[in-house]
Amino acid sequence: MTDAEIEDIEIRLFFEAMALRHGYDFRNYARASMKRRVLALAQSQGCRELSALIPRLLHDQDFLAQALAHLSVPVTEMFRDPQVFLALRRDVLPVLDSFPRISVWQPGCATGEEPYSLAILLKEEGLLHKAQIYATDINDVALAKAEEGIYPARHLAAFSQNYQQAGGKAALANYFHTAYNFSKIDDEIRERIVFAHHNLVADGVFCEVNLVLCRNVLIYFDRSLQNRVLSLFHDCLVRGGYLCLGNRESLQFTDFADRFRVIDRGNRIFKKREAVQ
Amino acid sequence: MTAATRFRAVAVGCSAGGLEALRQLLAPLPREFPLPVVVVAHMAPDGGSLLAELLESVCRLSVAEAEEKAKALPGHVYVAPPGYHLLVEEDETFSLSVDEKVCNVRPSIDVLFQSAADTWGCGLIGVVLTGANSDGTAGLRAIRQMGGYCLVQDPTQAFADTMPRSAIDAGLADCVLPLAALAGQLMALAPPQPRRGGR
Repeated sequence: MTDAEIEDIEIRLFFEAMALRHGYDFRNYARASMKRRVLALAQSQGCRELSALIPRLLHDQDFLAQALAHLSVPVTEMFRDPQVFLALRRDVLPVLDSFPRISVWQPGCATGEEPYSLAILLKEEGLLHKAQIYATDINDVALAKAEEGIYPARHLAAFSQNYQQAGGKAALANYFHTAYNFSKIDDEIRERIVFAHHNLVADGVFCEVNLVLCRNVLIYFDRSLQNRVLSLFHDCLVRGGYLCLGNRESLQFTDFADRFRVIDRGNRIFKKREAVQ
Repeated sequence: MTAATRFRAVAVGCSAGGLEALRQLLAPLPREFPLPVVVVAHMAPDGGSLLAELLESVCRLSVAEAEEKAKALPGHVYVAPPGYHLLVEEDETFSLSVDEKVCNVRPSIDVLFQSAADTWGCGLIGVVLTGANSDGTAGLRAIRQMGGYCLVQDPTQAFADTMPRSAIDAGLADCVLPLAALAGQLMALAPPQPRRGGR
């Protein structure tokens, strides 16, 4: 047996142990990216062999949070892909304005940059006062950072450029309080977001929403898990609710291709079809 | 296993000067070229979608952006979408990721090569072209470890020599050729008949 084949066994055993011991099931994640993440985790722990992670996973209670932090790598920024936020501002928010209350679910919120971006968008369109954003993730380390809403001040420059391209109506700095080298999001923005732990693989629908914003999460899942997650989104959306996916994600070839109407192909914005039955 | 049936896929990486290099590498390949060709080119994040269109207009092979879950098919060229790492899964389908940059870039050649080496093993040909950083070297090492074949553009004639030189200096090149000769080498390595699905 080759080293690569042995390593493949180690990865399978690691995910088996994670699922059995802690209930986090990564077995339906796309394997190639997960392999890179497990290798990075092993390296961060100084483990020469992947299998050395398994005893820690089984017996070291403190290890779980670290492992999850490595396995759900939060790479995000504010107003990433600004044209998507521009499209939401231009085409989706005016429709949502007709509802007395607006609820949004943002699964895979990582360290919070995207829900804060959306909240700023809602604020500028005069909708924040009646909006509630549920931002969820499985990574508690990232969630804690998200809830703080504190970012290195130097990141704001890059975020600002995105914000302007997303049709920003003021200056992004207006929504932050900057002291020393850090910028903290304004309370008015933060209070509209509930950050909570939710696992798309195992947990169910917990709210009814007008918009699901879930970008670059489905790409990490295999087809069966994509379908499970899309069924959650379909179930939690009100009639005519919107779904916004990542720029290279699609409903084509999923079980849900017919259940949504394409609103904006380039920006991957979909609308839940009215039930016909 | 004979040399003629050994190879199952080609993975190509390039950076600065890559568009012209890709044109010269891919345009001569015949429509019935029997292997999938998977390409990572470092491009400006907003200009990358044009790459597939530009190559499509000069190639006989069909060129498209790689879509997640799509299977790599013979006679097709797949280009990594801008801003996403492109990986190959065990079942020869593509997956995408926005994990952190590798070698300061996303898509990274190393990420493609390492996952493609896992999938295609000794059946993979890795090609490193012009470029101004050392992305691709770790990827070629993975291809080499799995018994694949490493083809590198002659750095003395490359638009930017850092990337091919890095691969050669690491002792990973099975073959170093000027750009104009690379397509001929791919055709010589490829199996003679179109593959008809399966292994």
